[in-house]
Amino acid sequence: MVLFALRRLGFSIFTLLVVSFAVYVIFAILPFDPAALTCGQKCNDIVVEANRIRLGYDKPLLVQYWLFLSGIFFGRSYGVGQAAFVCPAPSLGYSFNENACVTDLLKTTLPITVTLAVGALIMWMVVGVTLGVIAAKFRGRTPDTASSVFVLLGTSLPTFVTGLVLLIWVSIKWKIVPLTLTGYVSFLDNPFGAFKYFLLPWITLAIAYAALYTRFTRAAVLETMSEDYVRTARAKGLDERKILFKHTLRAVFAPIVTLAGLDFAGLIGGAIITETIFNLPGLGRLTLRSVYEFDLSVVVATTILAAGVVIVMNLLVDMFYAVLDPRVRVQ
Amino acid sequence: MKEILSVENLKVSFPTDDGLVRAVDDVSFTLNEGETVAIVGESGSGKTVTSLSIMDLHNRRAAQVSGSIKIRDGANTVEVVSASPEETRSLRGRVVSMIFQDPMSSLHPYYKISNQLCESYLVHHPRQKKAALDKAISMLDLVGIPQPDKRVHDYPHQFSGGMRQRVMIAMALMNDPKVLIADEPTTALDVTVQAQILTLLGDLQKQFNMGIVLITHDLGVVAQVSDRVNVMYAGKIVESGPVDDIFYKPLAPYTLGLLNSIPRAGDKKMGRLSAIAGQPPSMINLPKGCSFAPRCEFKEKVSGGRCLSEMPDLTGISSEHRSRCHVDEKERQKLFPTLAVK
Repeated sequence: MVLFALRRLGFSIFTLLVVSFAVYVIFAILPFDPAALTCGQKCNDIVVEANRIRLGYDKPLLVQYWLFLSGIFFGRSYGVGQAAFVCPAPSLGYSFNENACVTDLLKTTLPITVTLAVGALIMWMVVGVTLGVIAAKFRGRTPDTASSVFVLLGTSLPTFVTGLVLLIWVSIKWKIVPLTLTGYVSFLDNPFGAFKYFLLPWITLAIAYAALYTRFTRAAVLETMSEDYVRTARAKGLDERKILFKHTLRAVFAPIVTLAGLDFAGLIGGAIITETIFNLPGLGRLTLRSVYEFDLSVVVATTILAAGVVIVMNLLVDMFYAVLDPRVRVQ
Repeated sequence: MKEILSVENLKVSFPTDDGLVRAVDDVSFTLNEGETVAIVGESGSGKTVTSLSIMDLHNRRAAQVSGSIKIRDGANTVEVVSASPEETRSLRGRVVSMIFQDPMSSLHPYYKISNQLCESYLVHHPRQKKAALDKAISMLDLVGIPQPDKRVHDYPHQFSGGMRQRVMIAMALMNDPKVLIADEPTTALDVTVQAQILTLLGDLQKQFNMGIVLITHDLGVVAQVSDRVNVMYAGKIVESGPVDDIFYKPLAPYTLGLLNSIPRAGDKKMGRLSAIAGQPPSMINLPKGCSFAPRCEFKEKVSGGRCLSEMPDLTGISSEHRSRCHVDEKERQKLFPTLAVK
């Protein structure tokens, strides 16, 4: 088990190195000068060259990449003399566009995206799994038909439609929930305020995912209900409630958790549309802006972060599988 | 011997988009204490549907069940066909138990054997956890699992195929049922293990005085353990009688065909296996007449094409041994033994 974990860890680190280097290479072959982007229109060659040296863009690609890596562990200082500044470890670089260390940018944006993703995850798991189980239990009858209407709507409506509809009707016309344009409220400071702030974005994301999970759960429950061991449970004289909760759902749980882990990881990297509609200053919007503005250090950092979350979630899902399924457990 | 199960005129049909599937049509048989009754037939002949009806395991919305299934529960007799789901649920696992073909997929892969065995006991004896575990260990011991007090805490995948079937048997017998339905209990097992499981079932039957309904397509298994045999074809019983009569004096053409298609070792005369020509009929919109007629080599012996227009009744000169065939029974008694492959 320890060996397995170490091997997985080593492989994860290798993957992160490959991902980050790939991003570096892509930006290196793009036809623009990163140093020229560090100052505005009133720029001259002297400032550009000074910034080039200050940010290390004058060095070869491999050296730049090495400086980036060492910055993660030892921090990084830019320039000399009065204009010098330091991004302490773990440093993921410096964004000239934002005038801030990238690590600090992540520190402010990540909690927002995590709050968004966790809330939506809880919502869509509860709604999707419940509807899926009900649909399977009442297969071919009214509840099943109703849930398939929901599935059709949820999967076919893009988030920018549901998001805007919610925003216009719930926030603006009916004024049930305040507009989210007015500054972010942390969950730690004001749970109720934050709840209202995040409610619509959560619902927007949850509708899309809940529809997928309803369909997935329904199929998984139906498949499990025709398993021999469910017939055995019935042959023992167990009641339907116990057959469903103990014997059927236990087997359905594992694939759903796998899917949820990967979808959650995906959201950390890219709830871009939802964050944009509701003006949430999260990681998705930071990524979007940095790509528009060729802000290399931020793009590299968010890419690595997204890749890291995917890797970690995969690892967690695998470990969770071992907890759920005794056959997977390493002896 | 007391009768513990009686099935009379059982009909089970499933409405489908293509028409009504009459999976079981007019099946009657009885089972006494300590007796083994076999139901033999090929896939789709209705033998498993019959057994699931006895357990009331059909989806009540999908299956139309009529006729009568009476199960003796102590001093009472329960009519399964008209009983409420709650009534039949209380019979399942307590009075009637069932073991299945594939012991791997029939045990829940995520739960320990102890959990699954105790569950069977606890359904009918609520909150007696200590007694349940003791019973589980003693049952595992009885079915021949070594170190039952340790193995009870293992998962199903830690057992071999034969051991898993032993666990299934232990689980089915947790509440000392009066009727055990064994649906192809040895089909998924090695031949050597098959014999062990059959011997085990026989021993347990004597010990608990259980009636066993043995569902199988394997005539070797039937010959070894059963007292009486019902041969099913296309949802109907085509021949029913004591096991020796079925094997030595078959009266239904289908039974004769089945017996002749058993391969025998050391038979140099027989080149190819003899098979029954043709295919079993589709269970939707069965043709009028005898359902075996299209494949039957004796239909020319009956005048007026009756075999193709009229279903023969299950009758016999002896009340013990009955069969469905329009050919005169005395003629069959003379003819069939000469046709049997010896």
